[in-house]
Parts: sequence; structure tokens; C-alpha cells
Amino acid sequence: MKRFIGITLMMFCLLLAAAAPTLAAETPGSTTPALGQAAAPAPAVAPAPDAPVTQKAFDEMRSSLQVGIDTLWVLIAAFLVFFMNLGFAMVESGLCRAKNTVNILAKNFIVFAIASVSFWFIGWGLMFGDGNAFMGLKGLFFAAGADNSPAIGEAYQGVYSAINWTGVPLWAKFFFQLVFAGTAATIVSGVVAERIKFPAFILFSFILVGILYPITGHWIWGGGFLASLGMFDFAGSTVVHSVGGWAALAGVILLGSRTGKFRADGSVNPIFGHSMSLVTLGGLILWFGWFGFNPGSTMGVGDGSAIAHIAVTTNTAAAMAILGSTLVSWLIQKKPDLTMIVNGALAGLVAITAPCAFVGVGSAAIIGLVAGILVVLAVVTFDKLKLDDPVGALSVHLVNGIFGTLAVGLFAQDGITGTATGNGLFFGGGVTLLAAQAAGVLAVGAFTFTVSFAVWSAIKAFIGLRVSTEEEISGLDLGEHGTKAYPDFQGFLTK
Amino acid sequence: MKLIIAIVKPEKLTCVKQALVQANVGKMTVSNVIGCGAQGGHTESYRGAFTEVNLLDKVRFEIAVNDEFVQPAVEAIIKGARTGKIGDGKIFVVPLEECIQVRTGQTGPEAVG
Repeated sequence: MKRFIGITLMMFCLLLAAAAPTLAAETPGSTTPALGQAAAPAPAVAPAPDAPVTQKAFDEMRSSLQVGIDTLWVLIAAFLVFFMNLGFAMVESGLCRAKNTVNILAKNFIVFAIASVSFWFIGWGLMFGDGNAFMGLKGLFFAAGADNSPAIGEAYQGVYSAINWTGVPLWAKFFFQLVFAGTAATIVSGVVAERIKFPAFILFSFILVGILYPITGHWIWGGGFLASLGMFDFAGSTVVHSVGGWAALAGVILLGSRTGKFRADGSVNPIFGHSMSLVTLGGLILWFGWFGFNPGSTMGVGDGSAIAHIAVTTNTAAAMAILGSTLVSWLIQKKPDLTMIVNGALAGLVAITAPCAFVGVGSAAIIGLVAGILVVLAVVTFDKLKLDDPVGALSVHLVNGIFGTLAVGLFAQDGITGTATGNGLFFGGGVTLLAAQAAGVLAVGAFTFTVSFAVWSAIKAFIGLRVSTEEEISGLDLGEHGTKAYPDFQGFLTK
Repeated sequence: MKLIIAIVKPEKLTCVKQALVQANVGKMTVSNVIGCGAQGGHTESYRGAFTEVNLLDKVRFEIAVNDEFVQPAVEAIIKGARTGKIGDGKIFVVPLEECIQVRTGQTGPEAVG
């Protein structure tokens, strides 16, 4: 925070320094003192002490500063979301066995690279390019379409109109959206862990981020039909989390569960994660990163009240969810399970992702509590359904992505941070908003699940999805990568 | 009294233990070991370099039994551990001179249990 203020002050000083010669020159309509000109040396003329500041010069300077501050905010928030990749890598590898650690880390590391490239290649264009209600059609490749960002609203001229409401440069918008796409892709890696073939995962991720994610994203954030229907998803409970969840669900159905996960009588054989420290630290990193994910989605600082509000709803939901999941896990398992505590935090964060800017702090608390309860019940249920999810990602991202989206329809308060969403069911708005939210959940679910299923099936037919049982038992580290994660440690008892 | 030392594949640990318990041999010590025999190793790679690893992960059981339990225990271990492939392991039966129970101080076949 101090750094943010310090940098802003520094920039303000630089801007004044650049503006000083312009003000002193007393010529109306002088060029905008853009930040780039701060480095240009001004002529050594002392400015006249009573030089009047023209309204135009002042407006230009203020608008330039506004763009600068907003860009700073968007980029720092994006860096926080990028940082969440560390969290995912730690949570996933911590919850899986040591013999598969290299493989899980490799998947998490490479998935961001894949996301970066495919989102640049076509993802951005499909998602935010001008097009029809279903997908973008202009400026598809390499984010190279015509664009005069940071111009906003009426002044915007370009092919990415859906995102012309934020006054930051195109690459800031692009990078911010890219890290979100990366988050969706990395959700899948946890669910298919410990038995998926590395190339199968890579192939699927390219298609998920390049095609599936942007299309559904276009429907909600890109000016598509769900946005027209009045569906709201502020930071992506549906766009990011449930999309990752549906894609993972389709994958795990075709992939099958890990060898030894279910006993002959159908009961669950717990497969222990190898590092609870990693899981916990990863959970905290994800929580930290979420402060970029949610408040950053304003893509502008405004007067600060919105981003502050969102930070608090985000945190409150996480905290209440932890209490909820700890309680339920304590009841079901007789002792509080650390992994359920951490999953609870993540569930609360996913659930508040859609409503964070549309609900009050009290509502956020309730949403969080319900999310924490839901996640524990979901973990147990998925096991009962014989769907093996080593890290609980389906329970965290899919179930609570859906819940968070619907929660908008229940708890929204019209205009609470400036967006006219209409009121949710519990605030006198009837079921209009809830119906739109439900429509969104169904549409995105149907599309993502079906197409993912088709893609996974195709990959299964061509190169196979699953490693051999022998490789699964000796560990994917050796089988897929030829290297062990912990070659010095002897810890291979398989009880 | 005999001490049975069995080296088996790690993934067979649960099977061997269950088979032993079914044969009424419920007391054992299990440890991680690495070893080689007829089973060839595998290749590991690291930053462009390759190496043959032929000390492979195994699991060792140490079971103290009275003479009448030697045959059932050995049969149970084989039932639990055999896959038919090279690397299934070996069982050694060594004479056990004395056994003392720490809690009671009891010695001899009663202490073996």
C-alpha cells in the first residue's frame, strides 16, 4: 500500500515536472503532457509565477494521471492473479503423493505458458472482439485489431468494444484477462492429477484457453447473449471457476479414478497428500492473490470505495467459509481436517467471486459460510459418486462457482458499488436476476461440459488419456519426466 | 523361534500385511529399503544427463514367529507379494536366539506371541 502511494506520488511529481514548461509557455492547446514526455528535457526558462492553468491543460493532465493510476491498479492486480499460480502449484502438489510431484509441478508451470500463448493467439479475440451474441469475430488473432484504448465509451474506436468501459491501454486489459484465463486452465490440472498423460493435458489446455473459455467468456463479459439477458458475474465465478470445473468434470469421467482409491466394497481408501505445509502455504497464497482477482476486476481505481468494498467482501467470505468448512469437517470426521479448512477458504473465495461487487459485507459473510459447508459435503459426495478428485477442485471451483453465481441472484443490492444489477431475491428484487443467473449457469455448463467431453474423448482416442497402471504405481515423475522430485528421501511406503 | 525377513515390492505392502493377518501372524516390523537382484533398473534423466538406477525401492518385513508359524507366514507373504514378474523379492528365514518383551520382561516363545 505504501509502495502504491509512493509510486503514485512520484508519478504525480513527474507529471507536474513535465507539465511545468507547458504551463509556463502560455499557449492554449499545447500538447498533452503524457508520461512519455517526462523524460524530455524542458528548455531552461523559469516559468512565469502567475501563469494561468488552462482548463484544457488541466483536464488533459488529470485524464493522463487517471489512466496512469488505473493502469497501475490493473497491472498490479494482474500480477497478484499471476501469483495465484504459485498457490495452485503448492496446493495441488501438497495434496498429491510425492512420487507425482514433478508431474504436477510441470503441469502447473506449463499451463500458464500454454494459456499465455493461446489467449494471445486467438483467445482474446474470441472473447472480446466485436461479433455476435455467441463469439467475437473481429480482431481475432494476436490482439491486433483496431483499438484506441485508453479511450472509453463514446470516444472508443476499435473492435474490442465490449471492454471499452475501462480506461487503460489495450495491453493492460489483455494481460489482466490473460491471467484470468490461466487460472481457469490450472483448475483442470488438479482434478486429473496422478494419472493423466502429460501430452493429453497440454493438448486440452490449448483448446480450453484458446476456444472454450473465450466463447463462454464472450457470452458474459464480451457483450454476448448472457450479458444481454442481465446476467452478472463480476470477477468470474462462472466465467473462470465453473468453466474450469466443468472441463475438469468431463475429463475425470473419461479418465477414471486413481488405482487403489476405491476398495472392492466401494468404500474410499484415503490417499494422503505428501505435504500439508505446501497445501497451507498455497492456500494462503491463493487468498492473497484473490485480492487482485476480485478488487482488480473493477479495472479502475475510481474513488477507491469500490475496490475497498470488494476487498472486504472477498475477505469476509473466505473467513466465514473457513469457519463453515472446519465445523462440518469436525462433525463428519470427528477431528478438524486441515485440507478441508484450506478447501473451505478457497470455496468461500470462489463463491464470492461473482457477487463481490454486488453484495454487502453481511451477505458476503453468509455466502462464505454456505460455501464452506457446501465444499465439505461436495467432497464427500463426489467420492460417493466414484469421481476421484485428488485436490477437491470440483468441490471448490465447480460447485461453488455455481453457487456464487446464483448468490448474485439472491443477495445483490442494486448499485451498491455503482453497478445497476437490480436487487436479488432477498432484497426485494424478485426472481428476475436469479433467473438470469440460473440461465447463465445452465448455458455455460451445458456448453462447456459437452464440448470438453468431446475434446477429451478425441484426445483419448488419439493419444490416450491415462498412463499405464505400472507407471501410475511407480509414479508419474519417473514415467512422464524421468526425474524424481525427492531423490534423496526414502519415503515410498505405500500403505 | 525364527525371524522371517521378507523383501517385497512396495505396492504389495497392503496385500502382504492382509495375508499375514489372515494367517494369524499379526506382529511385524516394516521398513523402506533399496536393493537389487535380478530386476533391471530404470533410466533417470536430469538436465540433459542420464543415469541407470538399479537400486530399486523395496519394502522389508521382519517377523518373529514360533516354529509352527513359519510355514503359514511364508505362504502368506508369497500369496500377498507374488506378481510373477522379476523383482517380486526374497524371503529369508533365520534362527532367532532370544526374544524379550519390553513391557513385561517375558522371554522365549511366549514373548514371540
